[in-house]
Amino acid sequence: MNSPIDTKKDYQEYVNQKSPNSPIWRNCLNAFLIGGLICSIGQFIFSFCLYKGLDDTAAGAIVSIILIAITAILTGLNLFNKIGKIAGAGSFVPITGFANSIVSPAMEYKSEGYVMGVGAKMFTVAGPVLVYGISTSIIVGLIYLLFNAQAVLV
Amino acid sequence: MQKLGKQTIKFDTPPTILETACIAGPKEAEGPLAKYFDQCLDDEMWGEKSWEKAESKIVKETVNTLISKSGIPSEKIEYCFAGDLLNQCISSSFGLRELNVPFYGIFGACSTFVEGLQLASVFVENGINYAICSASSHFCSSERQFRFPLELGNQRPPTAQWTVTACGSAMLSKEGNGPYITHITTGKIVDMGIKDANNMGAAMAPAAFDTLMTHFSDTGRKPSYYDAIITGDLGHLRKRYSYRLVPECRI
Amino acid sequence: MDFLQNFDWMLLLRCFVVGGLICIIGQILLDKTKLTSARILVLFVTVGTILGGLGIYPYLVKFAGCGATVPLTGFGNTLAKGTIEAVKQSGLLGVFTGGLKASSAGIAAAVFFGYIASLISKPKMKKQ
Repeated sequence: MNSPIDTKKDYQEYVNQKSPNSPIWRNCLNAFLIGGLICSIGQFIFSFCLYKGLDDTAAGAIVSIILIAITAILTGLNLFNKIGKIAGAGSFVPITGFANSIVSPAMEYKSEGYVMGVGAKMFTVAGPVLVYGISTSIIVGLIYLLFNAQAVLV
Repeated sequence: MQKLGKQTIKFDTPPTILETACIAGPKEAEGPLAKYFDQCLDDEMWGEKSWEKAESKIVKETVNTLISKSGIPSEKIEYCFAGDLLNQCISSSFGLRELNVPFYGIFGACSTFVEGLQLASVFVENGINYAICSASSHFCSSERQFRFPLELGNQRPPTAQWTVTACGSAMLSKEGNGPYITHITTGKIVDMGIKDANNMGAAMAPAAFDTLMTHFSDTGRKPSYYDAIITGDLGHLRKRYSYRLVPECRI
Repeated sequence: MDFLQNFDWMLLLRCFVVGGLICIIGQILLDKTKLTSARILVLFVTVGTILGGLGIYPYLVKFAGCGATVPLTGFGNTLAKGTIEAVKQSGLLGVFTGGLKASSAGIAAAVFFGYIASLISKPKMKKQ
């Protein structure tokens, strides 16, 4: 007697068949529009900073700070998670996602205290981003150093 | 009591479910069972300072409601089986601190309530007069422990589960006019390899199915013997999986 | 306004499109694979760092401006760029100092505003 749960593989295929899929076209459209919008806001701020005479690096830093501050305010007002529900990747791929992933646990773990709650658990979601980003950049630096040893050391 | 087949126990003097009580959160109050709840809350905090304290309060109030509805004074209650989702079952143990009843903390995730009923019924069959069981969960406290901070802007796929905010409790007694617990079938752990953390309904359906099938073969009964077969859990799709599975394996 | 007259609208359009496309890649990964959003972010940062180190990502930045720097791949690029510049200046020491130095504004802002938000706000129940 064949049943969908005779083997693990059969069951997993059965589940894939029966599970409704996320509405991917609609999600991609929302991600595109909102992600593009966030980047455009950044571009506006960036160009304005250049217009005021700042250099690229400073302008870039200001864009990050402003977008992060806006995200913190929206998260604090309980609005960012509503945006994230619709935007999906459109809100978590830009730097707004990184900021939200630090602000939201900071708020959540306040009930465990400011030191061991907010302080320790702020990085529960964003921590891996920092660990892998920084580690990869160190490896990149080492490889660069190796390939350009003469140019750098002489 | 006698053992039937592989996983079922039949009681000679079936315990009675004397009384039940349930307090549920605002989202649950929008569902079809709202009128059966003893109390529906307006918000998930219920005036407390943290989700965990709120859950403890829900447990405490539910069991108090149960005891007053049953008319049995708490000194006569001999055992309490209680569980929830949090580490060390703190919601239940903190919530029932003042109960003064010998306490068994239990953990069975979604099966905690039935686990409590089964364990309590074995005690009552064997001479205990009154025992209570309770199971609770709270969406916010379990999101914090198991999943993501509430304010995180993540998208939930259609199969994602939603933890209930509620506590249900029941009192079992040796004497009474029913409803009776005549048999208990204890399920095994069934892992069919579903790895998607967002589809727990699919992960649990095979266990429900296996337990039901074992019950039918241990007792020699067919599904048609029963007026209703009720299962339920976190995702509204789990029902869909188990209903499909049963007809496809005609006994 | 002088600023708006001289504004590069074509750059804004490229920024919108490229930023949106990078988000679509993230969305497809989210819907079609079992990757959680945290793992997707780690992937994007790592890819951005590697492409930055290889000198490829700066071309995208030149083409699309913030459409390339605002997504998390851009954060990875910033880390790589900062590391390489510091290596050029200080050799081996730069390997360790460069990345964090370049990304310091973002990290400091996120930590600080996160802390302030925790002082002021409380998390609220999610609505399905």
